[in-house]
Amino acid sequence: MKFGIIIFPGTWSDRDCHYALSDILKQKAEYIWHKETDLSEYDCVILPGGFSYGDYLRSGAIARFSPVMTALERFTAQGKLVIGICNGFQILCESGLLPGALLTNDNLQYRCQWTHLRTENTSTAFTSQCENGQVLKIPIGHYEGRYYADDTTLAELEADKRIIFRYATATGKITEPANPNGSMNNIAGIINKKGNVLGMMPHPERACEPLLGSSDGNIIWESIIASI
Amino acid sequence: MPVSKEILDEVALSQKEYQLIVEKLGREPTEVELGMFGSLWSEHCGYKHSKALLRQLPSRSKRVLVKPGEENAGAVDIGDGLVVVMKIESHNHPSAIEPYQGAATGVGGIVRDIFTMGARPIALMNSLRFGPLTDAHNRYLFGGVVGGIAGYGNCLGIPDMGGEIYFADCYAGNPLVNAFCLGIARADKLVKARAKGEGNLLMLVGADTGRDGLHGASGLASRTFEEERELRSTVQVGNPFLEKLLIEACLELAETDWIAGMQDLGAAGLTSSAVESAARGGGGIEIDVLKVPRREKGMTPYEVMLSESQERMLVVVKKGYEGKVKALFDRWELRSDIIGSVTGDGIARIKEGKKVVAEAPVNLLTSSPVYQRRVKRPEWLNRLQDFDANSIPDLSRKNANSPLLRLLASPNIASKHCVYRQYDHQVGDNTVVLPGSDAAVLRIKGTKKAISLTTDGNARYCYVNPYLGGIIAVAEAARNLSCSGAQPLALTNCLNFGNPEKDDVYYQLKECIAGMARACQELKIPVISGNVSLYNETKGEAIYPTPVVAMVGLIEDVVKHCTSGFKNEGDLVFLLGDSQTIDSSIGSSEYLELIHGITKGNPYIDLEMEIRLQHCCLEAISRGLIKSAHDCSDGGLAVALAESCLANGLGLISYDWKAEGRMDAALFGEAQSRIIVSVAPKSMWKLEKLADRYHIAATRLGTVGGKRLTLKGYIDLSLKQLGEAWWDGLEKLL
Repeated sequence: MKFGIIIFPGTWSDRDCHYALSDILKQKAEYIWHKETDLSEYDCVILPGGFSYGDYLRSGAIARFSPVMTALERFTAQGKLVIGICNGFQILCESGLLPGALLTNDNLQYRCQWTHLRTENTSTAFTSQCENGQVLKIPIGHYEGRYYADDTTLAELEADKRIIFRYATATGKITEPANPNGSMNNIAGIINKKGNVLGMMPHPERACEPLLGSSDGNIIWESIIASI
Repeated sequence: MPVSKEILDEVALSQKEYQLIVEKLGREPTEVELGMFGSLWSEHCGYKHSKALLRQLPSRSKRVLVKPGEENAGAVDIGDGLVVVMKIESHNHPSAIEPYQGAATGVGGIVRDIFTMGARPIALMNSLRFGPLTDAHNRYLFGGVVGGIAGYGNCLGIPDMGGEIYFADCYAGNPLVNAFCLGIARADKLVKARAKGEGNLLMLVGADTGRDGLHGASGLASRTFEEERELRSTVQVGNPFLEKLLIEACLELAETDWIAGMQDLGAAGLTSSAVESAARGGGGIEIDVLKVPRREKGMTPYEVMLSESQERMLVVVKKGYEGKVKALFDRWELRSDIIGSVTGDGIARIKEGKKVVAEAPVNLLTSSPVYQRRVKRPEWLNRLQDFDANSIPDLSRKNANSPLLRLLASPNIASKHCVYRQYDHQVGDNTVVLPGSDAAVLRIKGTKKAISLTTDGNARYCYVNPYLGGIIAVAEAARNLSCSGAQPLALTNCLNFGNPEKDDVYYQLKECIAGMARACQELKIPVISGNVSLYNETKGEAIYPTPVVAMVGLIEDVVKHCTSGFKNEGDLVFLLGDSQTIDSSIGSSEYLELIHGITKGNPYIDLEMEIRLQHCCLEAISRGLIKSAHDCSDGGLAVALAESCLANGLGLISYDWKAEGRMDAALFGEAQSRIIVSVAPKSMWKLEKLADRYHIAATRLGTVGGKRLTLKGYIDLSLKQLGEAWWDGLEKLL
């Protein structure tokens, strides 16, 4: 299988994703320029973290108009896998591929820290290798990561089990102090209705080796690999 | 014709310097030339007051590839065909006026210095000094500076590994904001900042040129200023997104053979960028200011040449490759324009269309006068150094807990996590040890190696004794690296001082540099780059002399790095190094200032023992004998032990080790050359044998365990109490 990593002007997790996939997981991974219009050769496309176009406007608000996003819509319609990390999640929300929005953190500051995520649904393409309720240690690094959706959407996400990861304590308890940004219902990651598009604020590519403090992020990549 | 004092003041040249220019040129300089001389002969660019002193600093070692002044930053070889490139630079004055943009553009400037050389920036650090946070204006400056560093650095995707933050009254009107960047490059791909090869083209890339930042180098950075609001227009506004594009595009360009050199535009803008690269290349340059894209209408050649608009690069393109280079920048949606060419006549010729507006020899422009003075030791140093410990009451068993808690909660010692969590320190997938330990550790991908980074500089020591303070700044940085298991490789320094035209300040500068030079020689650590920030004064009062040392070390095998926290219950805790408690070691300590309100007394260091201690610690780590190592610094032994306990929530049960003399000196004195280590019981005798071989005392302090820190019946506190003081201390003041 082949991963594609989109580079928007201002993207910076592209290299980390490439490293985790090719050096650690020994997968084929290529960079995709934001002007690309054909994604047919990829099995999974990653929208990495960063500050696309500087995010001077709302995060992701300009990147969603990139030529590659039209191609990405076709790609997702075909049921292929897409994962948006951090800025990638913001872009997916801006483009309407995922519901809701990511607002400025409730503490009004950038937050870079380790977080613990409780896996809420293991029957998805992104979590099949996780145990039920498994707690993953994966760090965050963002200024606008407070997940928000209207009541109807939120109820729908809950009912459909589309909330995949929630911020939790190390032992898997969903508490307020474990929520680093004020996200509704401690939401850290969600999937679309079809189940082939994941958006998450934490950075699995930063948790790829014990030397760096955790290799829990690899479980997500391994799930994707196993599902294709 | 004598030029008016107002005009000379504006370009920060003295009447004498003006006469020198007239004499050498053989005529009066034009307006543009005068502006160019003012900038290039400023302290910021020309180092006229510091150059002679800086020559004392050693800059050679087997590993040094680029020495100070040769390029934008220094470079050292780390093997495997790789080099690290690094530099620290001040952005004090802009940050005092506009903290957010001042700090942000400080990051932007230092990052450009690194990728200009073809090195990918992989780490940032900052050394910051502010006035007390009890004052609202200082809180505003603090918030703005931290916000600016986070805002700019995070957008670039370069991890910020922390650094240091200190508070003292003397920085109230004049905060210090020193920005450090380190990059990594292939040794064979280093790009030179040289305008070489007659006929090659000068291409300006990035932002358009505006009126922002005029006289930044000659005005802000090279003299004191009273009415700061007047100078707000000299502070630039940063665009980190544009900088990110420049990083990627220029690194791509560095891989090609289409260019002869590359140089960023920093202080004094196009003037210093073009003229200094011409000086390095040994030729001349010709620029037509009409070809420089402008942000606003009606700019004069003078303004174009001195603008400090950010996010601009000057690329020396090999003739014939301009189409390819332009296409590369177009792909990154960056503007690029050819504004001139390299000439062979050694003249910097600036034209506006056909009209020549400046025409001066490159060598003259870059040969600012060098001043060296004989100054006497200030009398007032006697009063500061003369301190008798017996003039204050010693601690008793009843009252030692409270000073420890106060020290841990003091902003100089308290955890800085509330700042560092605002910086992205994990992007890049290299961060092994996070900010907040003795030194941050980053692994080098594709090798087994890691580098270790720290910044240090205790200004209080330098104020009381500039020579010893200079020694200790270097020694402590090296000790921090040793505690992480890294062999120190090189340092870069930022010298923050007051007005050097005053005798007392010049004396401080001279002594501090002499102290640093001595320590560098003894410890065999070369200085590979640096920056001088003088005129740090408010209303005639100079800051403490504040040399900041940023040091990089090499860990051959990343698995063998070491951290400061205790690891396992039952491990034994030793103090390696100076066990003789010297009563005077509370001199200039945090304890003496915080608890007794006294800033007096010489610091103490035995450099020869320091070297043996560091070697001993390094060997203990590389042989896997010790599980943790933590340097005793601000707050002394008790604070260092508390920090080692808090890292992993493990207490210490102390023995009744032998401590002669005063208890305050034993617990809170700041004698240098001390490292706290923990060791598994089975390795104990090996450690003792090793210490013995290095003639280093190893004093057994206690056993790791429990949830309290106890010390000889003097300290008995729960980790919860210690943690609340240390963890929340700084945040509570914000």
